[in-house]
Amino acid sequence: MMLAELLPDSVSYLDIPIKLLFAIIAVLIPAGTTVYLYLFKMVSFMQSRLGPMEAGPYGSLQLLAELGKNLQKEDIFPLRADRSVFALAPYVVLMSTFLLAVVIPFGPDAQFTNINVGVYLALAVSSVSVVGILMAGWASASKYSLLGGLRAAGQLIAYELPLILAVVGVVIQAGTLNLQGIIQAQATGEIFGWGGLGNPYLLTQFVGFFIFMVAVQAELTQVPFDMPIAESELVSGYMTEYSGFRFLMFFIGEFATANIFAFLASVLFLGGWSVPPFVTDLFGIAWDSNWMNVAGPLVMLTKMLLLTFVIYWVRFTYPRFREDQLQKFAWKFLIPLSLVNIAITGVLKVVF
Amino acid sequence: MSDFLRDYLLVGLFGAVAFLLVFTFIGLASFIRPDRPTPEKVENYESGVDPVGSGWSQSQIRYYIFALLFVMFDVEAVFIFPWATRLEAYGYFGLVEMVIFIFILALGLAYAWRKGVLRWV
Repeated sequence: MMLAELLPDSVSYLDIPIKLLFAIIAVLIPAGTTVYLYLFKMVSFMQSRLGPMEAGPYGSLQLLAELGKNLQKEDIFPLRADRSVFALAPYVVLMSTFLLAVVIPFGPDAQFTNINVGVYLALAVSSVSVVGILMAGWASASKYSLLGGLRAAGQLIAYELPLILAVVGVVIQAGTLNLQGIIQAQATGEIFGWGGLGNPYLLTQFVGFFIFMVAVQAELTQVPFDMPIAESELVSGYMTEYSGFRFLMFFIGEFATANIFAFLASVLFLGGWSVPPFVTDLFGIAWDSNWMNVAGPLVMLTKMLLLTFVIYWVRFTYPRFREDQLQKFAWKFLIPLSLVNIAITGVLKVVF
Repeated sequence: MSDFLRDYLLVGLFGAVAFLLVFTFIGLASFIRPDRPTPEKVENYESGVDPVGSGWSQSQIRYYIFALLFVMFDVEAVFIFPWATRLEAYGYFGLVEMVIFIFILALGLAYAWRKGVLRWV
């Protein structure tokens, strides 16, 4: 009797392994897709070259080739390194990515968990990667790594704040921290009494969206915020001493996190898995009908690809910020701006 | 087990999956990768010359100050979120309260700014 109360029913035991399998798919497949599409191909075309062409048609198997290459590489530990911390750092970085993926909903029922404080959890675990990066930078016992790790930590905490404060505007409008609730608020929302488009918060929270995307760019240490791994001065920052598969883990962690953040941004600002109500009206189904469990992941993928396109586009367009410009931008522009955004959103919410 | 705890069980399991994923791949790679450390190979990289001194050096105090500022604003965020979810219920009272709170924190930021702490030179 007591035991039966403590344990979940047998059905939920069955769906946990399925969810974990889907977690790996949901983290790694989009990461591979965007890395191939954008990092390999789009960027090559931007720079008037073809990119990978040998492995498979149009180089589409290049990622598998890279995986094989990195599997064979020697796992070098520097002589002076703090071995256990050095070995553990990639685990922490990838763990942060997977923990972020827990809360992302892909459909009315297609979700891993429906945690009530989903936004909160996502923002909290996103900063776990700072610990991993700092561990990598410190444990390498190399000057480049230490500088890169410290810069990364300084940058990540500086841009963590605009990231958090930009989301507050969305939370005020939706009145919930639950990601499904935020999607519902957007899908059933109305713009001046017209509900055809729903009310994607991109329209009302465009300042928040701008701050969020800039902060995401910085959280990912992507150009123009790549001071921590600035390859022309710090070799490779905190990753300098890593080789082989451990290096690849940082790489996967960075690009998988880019996708998850894009997923998160599409949930918060673009309506997540929901499509504008006039489209669902066209098919004669409710906004949260069962069909959205099938279409939802595709809608999310589309929105994610759009947002990651912007991330990579910026990455290969702008020159690098200097460290002081970078900190100034966060503390003297983004944070005051996001505070003003919160205040204005709050006033408008109460007045209307 | 309640639904609440079950949700967080999955959060823990996701972390475990990430851990296992890395562990499996690095374990698999250990069967095929070479392992021949030479004194030159395990030396820290310092642009091709022998490293001078230890890699663990002292660093700038400003990292510490920025970390302190971060803690201040992070605590603020913790207070803002519950307020933001219930703003409709609190109405004008909650709004005025929070504007005062944000104003005090903005004052803190302005003080740090005026003191020149935010200048990264």
